[in-house]
Amino acid sequence: MNSRLQQFLPWFVVGLLALFPLLENTFYMQLLTKVLIMAIFAMSLDLLVGYTGLVSFGHAAYFGLAGYALALMVPKYEAVSLWWSLPAAIGVCALFALVTGMLVLRTRGIYFIMVTLAFAQMLFFVFHDTKLGGGSDGAYIYVKPAMKLGDFEMANLEKPAQFYWLALFLMAATYLLLRRVLGSSFGRALLGIKVNEHRMRALGFPVFRYQLASFTLSGSLAGIAGYLAAVQYGFGNPEILSWHQSGAVLMMGILGGMGTLYGSVIGAGAFVLLQEVLSNQAWFGAAAKHWQLAMGIFIMLVALYMPQGLAGLAQKFRGKPATEGADE
Amino acid sequence: MSDLPAMSSEPILRTRGLTKRFGGLVAVNDVSLDLHVGEVHVVIGPNGAGKSTLTNLLSGDLPPTAGEVMFEGRDIAGCTSDHISRLGIGRSYQKTNIFLPFTVFENCRLAAQSRTPHALKVFRRVEGYAEINRLAYEAMESAGLSHRSARVAATLSHGEQRQLEIAMCLATQPRVLLLDEPLAGMGPHESQRMVELIKQLTADHAIMLIEHDMDAVFALAHRLTVMVNGEVLESGTPEQVRSSPAVQLAYLGGEELLHD
Repeated sequence: MNSRLQQFLPWFVVGLLALFPLLENTFYMQLLTKVLIMAIFAMSLDLLVGYTGLVSFGHAAYFGLAGYALALMVPKYEAVSLWWSLPAAIGVCALFALVTGMLVLRTRGIYFIMVTLAFAQMLFFVFHDTKLGGGSDGAYIYVKPAMKLGDFEMANLEKPAQFYWLALFLMAATYLLLRRVLGSSFGRALLGIKVNEHRMRALGFPVFRYQLASFTLSGSLAGIAGYLAAVQYGFGNPEILSWHQSGAVLMMGILGGMGTLYGSVIGAGAFVLLQEVLSNQAWFGAAAKHWQLAMGIFIMLVALYMPQGLAGLAQKFRGKPATEGADE
Repeated sequence: MSDLPAMSSEPILRTRGLTKRFGGLVAVNDVSLDLHVGEVHVVIGPNGAGKSTLTNLLSGDLPPTAGEVMFEGRDIAGCTSDHISRLGIGRSYQKTNIFLPFTVFENCRLAAQSRTPHALKVFRRVEGYAEINRLAYEAMESAGLSHRSARVAATLSHGEQRQLEIAMCLATQPRVLLLDEPLAGMGPHESQRMVELIKQLTADHAIMLIEHDMDAVFALAHRLTVMVNGEVLESGTPEQVRSSPAVQLAYLGGEELLHD
């Protein structure tokens, strides 16, 4: 019964979320869209941190790169087709992740954190200091991508509700894809590498190849999130590549709990909503400007008292450890 | 145990002039030894003699400074450990090296999974591989861990963790087994089990065993090599080594071996 519930709960949540646009509250719908996009981003990082044991501090590189890829693909006053621009943006991210992965995966631990950060910062300054993507002003996307099948318009992304549904669909798809991948022997090998890399090698696993595959998949999925974010805000600027962004997605993971996937979704929701509340001037007045201070304190408290994150809290009530072990 | 079986058979693994230097320290110096299928080759020596370093050179955990390691006629010196494992050389570790948060079954299943070429099939459920599951169960059975299948490895006793170490090694279906002090820290009952297991495995494996327990050494050894300061002091049948004046003087202090 319990496992039944566990199976259907995600679908129930997705179903509920799908009904949200019926409330016709555009402000909260756009806020939720942001949560969904960040959930994809945080899940992509969870694959790396929670399941492969690689703590990246440069994940914004792939998020931002996809945004810029879209901005550079869009003709100035026309819509670009989503059917090819989304795969193309993901492809750019996959390629960049493959190449950087080959280099950064030669390091471990604190060095891995630093080298991933360095690559993200390099990309940041490429877009910040050159005319390629409009420098520090960024590049604009005046017309949102089109989703047409022949003459039939499947969805109009200019309408917030339809864009919301697209983000929800892609979030659910990302979750399903990762569940599937992590339930395969490939996923088990990743978990083995996280727990004891040396032993995996001694057992005959080509560890580097597995890590590179995980790193590339992770970067590609971050690309989906980056693409959607660029569509939502209508521009790509260097901020989306900055280390603040890499830090924010890590914090979402810590907040929600790593190594559970759904923890990333909860963490993204908590982070985005908290940010919204804490920076609300009507409620906090002058203090709202310093929302990051309050957020920092909150995250410290979570790290101290809930090391498994909010997902760990949910698991506590069910009496199960938060990390999904490979137990049968 | 005195007669060497089939001396004429080609060794499956042989080293010639194997040397490892760490800066000025020569940990393993000019070691040549042969491993045959059907034989247990025991390596003994005092702490720091270079026994574990020798194992690490054979398993690819460390690259040798000089010398060759021939496995079935090809030089594998300097190959990576995952490559060497896939060729069919398995090892256990002196310090227990397992996946503590996983169940006993998952530890063995992962080990067996390493043998499958379709490990990169990312959409097929892990439970669907009957062959891998069978290998994992067989390995647990051999090592006497079937009744612990669902236990998390971290909760096993020390002796059981040592058994799991061997089971994982077996699940990779190696033909050469490098066992680094498998009896370390085991009780008498568990030790006896392990000795029996190694005897059973001897029939179709070539085994290199590093061990301090002299009862086990003489119960198992077809060939015995004594290492001191990284060098081979003596090598031969247990009788030859037992009667070697150099060994008695340098390592055994003229006591332990003379007793029986």
